[in-house]
Amino acid sequence: MGVLLDALDYLRDADSWTGRGGMLELLVQQLLVTLTALLAAMVVGLPVALWLGHLGRGGFLAINISNVGRAVPTFALLAIFVAGDPWGWTGGAFPGTGDVGPYGRAGISTLVALALFALPPLITNAYVAIREVPPDVRESARGMGMSGWQQFRRAELPLALPLVMSGVRLALVQVWATATIAALVAGPGLGRVITDGFFRTDYGKGIAGAIVVAAVALVLELCAAAVQRFLDPVRRAARRGEGEVSPEVSTLGQAGHEDG
Amino acid sequence: MTLLAQSDDGPSCYGRLTNEWVCWDYVVDYRPEIVEATTQHVAITIASVLFGLALSFPLALLARRLPRLESTVLGVSTGLYTVPSLALFPLLVPFTGLSATTVVIGLGLYALTVLVRAILEGLRAVPEDVRESARGLGYGDGRLLLRVELPLAVPVVMAGLRVATVSTVALTTVGSLVAYGGLGNLIAEGVQSNFRAQLLTAAVLCVVLAVLLDVVIVLAQRVLTPWTRTAG
Repeated sequence: MGVLLDALDYLRDADSWTGRGGMLELLVQQLLVTLTALLAAMVVGLPVALWLGHLGRGGFLAINISNVGRAVPTFALLAIFVAGDPWGWTGGAFPGTGDVGPYGRAGISTLVALALFALPPLITNAYVAIREVPPDVRESARGMGMSGWQQFRRAELPLALPLVMSGVRLALVQVWATATIAALVAGPGLGRVITDGFFRTDYGKGIAGAIVVAAVALVLELCAAAVQRFLDPVRRAARRGEGEVSPEVSTLGQAGHEDG
Repeated sequence: MTLLAQSDDGPSCYGRLTNEWVCWDYVVDYRPEIVEATTQHVAITIASVLFGLALSFPLALLARRLPRLESTVLGVSTGLYTVPSLALFPLLVPFTGLSATTVVIGLGLYALTVLVRAILEGLRAVPEDVRESARGLGYGDGRLLLRVELPLAVPVVMAGLRVATVSTVALTTVGSLVAYGGLGNLIAEGVQSNFRAQLLTAAVLCVVLAVLLDVVIVLAQRVLTPWTRTAG
């Protein structure tokens, strides 16, 4: 129990939050890295996955990327990036450990590793989401004379959005928690508090860091859930009272929520 | 001249200056270290998954017996997942010290999330009429579970076991924090001394290990569920 009291003391001490290398700076760093990595993964992964889902092709790829991704340790990936350009494009310098603006030491390496880590859950969920749109909805959309793009934009995407969003939510929390691993290569983020406390046998400090990371994870999860609820097109349509939302369609949206 | 001659037949591709990523000489020269790290990695992974299984069976059975507890069990095991692995090990160290036990407990708790869900889903997927026929044949609760429900749940449980095992192989590397990370130790060492051959070799071995264990589980599933082969 003494360790937990130490942790509380560390959390209550203003000095541990402020200043250079304080928890606030590290927290902002980690948030920045997490959000940028997630955004990058979304920009790259979602369009491809959604379009493959629309075409109904590449399912094998979409599912297996997720399995392979799980097998590659993020720590190993990060270590390889930190040791320098593995493909020899930049003479071994990039990504490396360079201090990049607000991202801190080894910021780019961390970003790339985390973005790669975020891809599998995003791709798999987005692909499955589009595939799970009931075939009769797709048929009727085609029957109404919608083009491929219209079908995708006006029928499949709105129905798939809740599941796609839960993929994003999952990725967000996972990326946030995994970002602490950057500390193992002296990278940015709150992981530093944890490893610092651990290596100096100041376990209170380490646990304090862990508590902050877990608390922020919870906050992020709640925020993401709120955003998801707000963006849900089925509910939005219901809120605006725009057109009749058939009960069938709204239960589909609900089911997506519960899956997350 | 002697220097040149030495570098000619001596280990060169992982030397300080060349520091190549792919280097077979490294694998040959460091074989004992690599074997030791791999053995530790496999041992920790298997122990963690077994520990996770041992914990998740009673939890899943409890959650099934008492539906009111189900959301608590699932909630707690999912909540564990948001604690970063880097944080979990230091949390355990005051109790279990710098030992392999710390890593095994930590990783076992992670595996729990996936396994409890898989076991619950597997048991739930057993058709009600199968259960009733077994009851009609005079099966008691225990025998029903062991002889009917568990065998039928094997495919779903095995799917969960595959996910848990593959993620555990990857997560074991983080155990290098407490010096019990198997191949993760090699990676951590490689980062500190900028040893590229060691980094890449250890990373590749991790992935190979994950694939191999996955294949072993798939084979085990085929052996355990002979009826799925004849039914098709």
